[in-house]
Amino acid sequence: MRQFTQLHGRAVVLPVPNVDTDQIIPARYLKATTKTGLGAGLFAGWRYRADGSPDPAFLLNRPEAEGAEVLVAGDNFGCGSSREHAVWALLDQGFRAVLAPRFADIFRNNAAKNGLLTVELDRDTWQEMVQRLEAQPDAPVSIDLERERLGFAGGPEVSFSLDPFARHCLLTGLDPLAYLLAQEAQLDAYEAAHPPRVDTLAAEGEAR
Amino acid sequence: MTAPRTLFDKIWDHHLVSAPSEPGMPATLYVDLHLLHEVTSPQAFAEIEERGLAVRRPRQCLATMDHSTPTDPGMNLVRLAGRDAAGAAQLTRLAENCARHGIPLLPLGDARQGIVHVIGPELGVTQPGMTIVCGDSHTSTHGAFGALAFGIGTSEVAHVLATQCLLQNRPLTYEIAVDGRLPAGVTAKDLILTVIGELGIDGGTGAVFEYRGEAVAALDMEERMTVCNMSIEGGARAGLIAPDETTFRYLAGRPGAPRGESWDAAVEAWRRLPTDAGAAFDRSVRFDGSSFAPRITFGTNPGQSIAVDGTIPDPSAFDEQVRIGVEKSLRYMDLEAGRPLLGHKIDVVFLGSCTNSRLSDLRAAAAVLAGRRVAPGVRMLVVPGSEPVRRQAEAEGLARVFTEAGAEWRQAGCSMCLAMNGDRLEPGQYAVSTSNRNFEGRQGPGGRTFLASPLTAAASAVAGAIADPREMMA
Ligand code: SF4
Repeated sequence: MRQFTQLHGRAVVLPVPNVDTDQIIPARYLKATTKTGLGAGLFAGWRYRADGSPDPAFLLNRPEAEGAEVLVAGDNFGCGSSREHAVWALLDQGFRAVLAPRFADIFRNNAAKNGLLTVELDRDTWQEMVQRLEAQPDAPVSIDLERERLGFAGGPEVSFSLDPFARHCLLTGLDPLAYLLAQEAQLDAYEAAHPPRVDTLAAEGEAR
Repeated sequence: MTAPRTLFDKIWDHHLVSAPSEPGMPATLYVDLHLLHEVTSPQAFAEIEERGLAVRRPRQCLATMDHSTPTDPGMNLVRLAGRDAAGAAQLTRLAENCARHGIPLLPLGDARQGIVHVIGPELGVTQPGMTIVCGDSHTSTHGAFGALAFGIGTSEVAHVLATQCLLQNRPLTYEIAVDGRLPAGVTAKDLILTVIGELGIDGGTGAVFEYRGEAVAALDMEERMTVCNMSIEGGARAGLIAPDETTFRYLAGRPGAPRGESWDAAVEAWRRLPTDAGAAFDRSVRFDGSSFAPRITFGTNPGQSIAVDGTIPDPSAFDEQVRIGVEKSLRYMDLEAGRPLLGHKIDVVFLGSCTNSRLSDLRAAAAVLAGRRVAPGVRMLVVPGSEPVRRQAEAEGLARVFTEAGAEWRQAGCSMCLAMNGDRLEPGQYAVSTSNRNFEGRQGPGGRTFLASPLTAAASAVAGAIADPREMMA
């Protein structure tokens, strides 16, 4: 998994609450069978006009969004559909971190599996960050995951805290599947003690 | 004596392969049943194959095709390829992956194909006390059986394929009690829309809901599925309802259910699952179901709803974050605060989706439509949740009622619930939908969705505008 230790870059601000994963990437982009190239669908409903041309008013199409690696989003970001494509699309666009007051559960889980950092900020910090970055869109943002510190627009650093396992995986690049596979012995023991509750093959055959 | 436990506690404890190694670390949870569909699985199969891993328990997996599948009568993979190459390629990929790994698949064209959350219960593979996952947020549907069922991302689909396990932090458990009896014309859909409207779409973040109370116990299995289905729209990953005689009656004799002595043993174990008296929830919320009314959304998330005869709220009545959201929703929906929704003209009615596409939903809508017609200029799509539902509805004469009323009768699938299979709204169209998401563009770019019950949808189809179903019920 992609490691994350530090980031120094710029941010774009989308302080809208309840941005669901259908907004992050609409279903018509989900026919992909790989994880790459999904950036084109990122925020497609807002980013393109009806004729398919980019809407210059949307934040991702503005010059200051070019090269931004941090997205400052609103409350409950990533709610709705479980599509991991939302995370892949953000990564494909070049984002490495999303900051919001709160994330929807599945989105946060998906992000953690792909090296996309999600940081939950207390409301005051978030409010201040939004105000400062809206006033000064090219202001620098720095994130230090080791120390769990965030700096923006030259102001004093603030601390944040991450789920310990997600933090560990991000810092070391530890892959959660490898972590699971290492529990083979416990898994064998569990299965030996608990026979399967279903046999889908038999059920399917019977229903034929 | 052990301390009293909730239904959730019992299922969680039973499925722990390993407890967290230290605080803050995840537990490893065993998965009894893994459901798969074409959209969220291809990258997961690729992931395990790149690592040279096998599918650990193919006979605890079940796959179907539902999201990208067209619902035009007589459609199949060959015809689809000529119309939607990417969709057909995705379906073909699922078929190849399942064949290679020995996973049972109910493909497009199969007599048992359908929406993943409709077919699991229908086949009887969804059972009380199980852990069930799928790369799909509405996996919460299966919680209606007292199973811990939740949606996962594609990376986690790969984890379950390879290990039959998931890394999980223990969620909180909220009691959602609905007392009293639902009035006539008020359905399970109205119940859950009301609950989400009150708690907010992030009210359940980090939690599992257990629905309880007289109004919930009185629901049949299909209605319970409607309730649990929308748990995710309240931010909860899972919703649970304690198994009872209603549950056992539904399951008895289904192809995947245990039989003979194993059935008796299973029922005995299932009877021990309900929450013990005195068990503690992290939060309890009570509602009076007898005060509920038919409910409909006005905005662009499932929490923005009102009684069907109510008025659209004024955004300035809310605190700032909510206000921004409501203003944005009303702009997208082109609706005005303070106005009623009743009588608002509509273009499309969609009766379907994993929320409301089962036989009882079709029966309820058909009862309203019988002897009436869909209003001129309104397109109504009726999409059964599975092929068995379609056949049964045809045998009962429900399909006739729909077609004679002027509605389209389709093949099973997700259809217009999400715009990726050819069924969609045109920009600017208004639809009353029995599905679960009214997000911007969810049913088609620029499309505008009012979520409601099958009764409200059918009544609105007849009126050509948002209507109160209580006025059309005998
Ligand atoms: S019917 Fe809609 S919500 Fe249900 S599984 Fe299909 S796309 Fe998802």
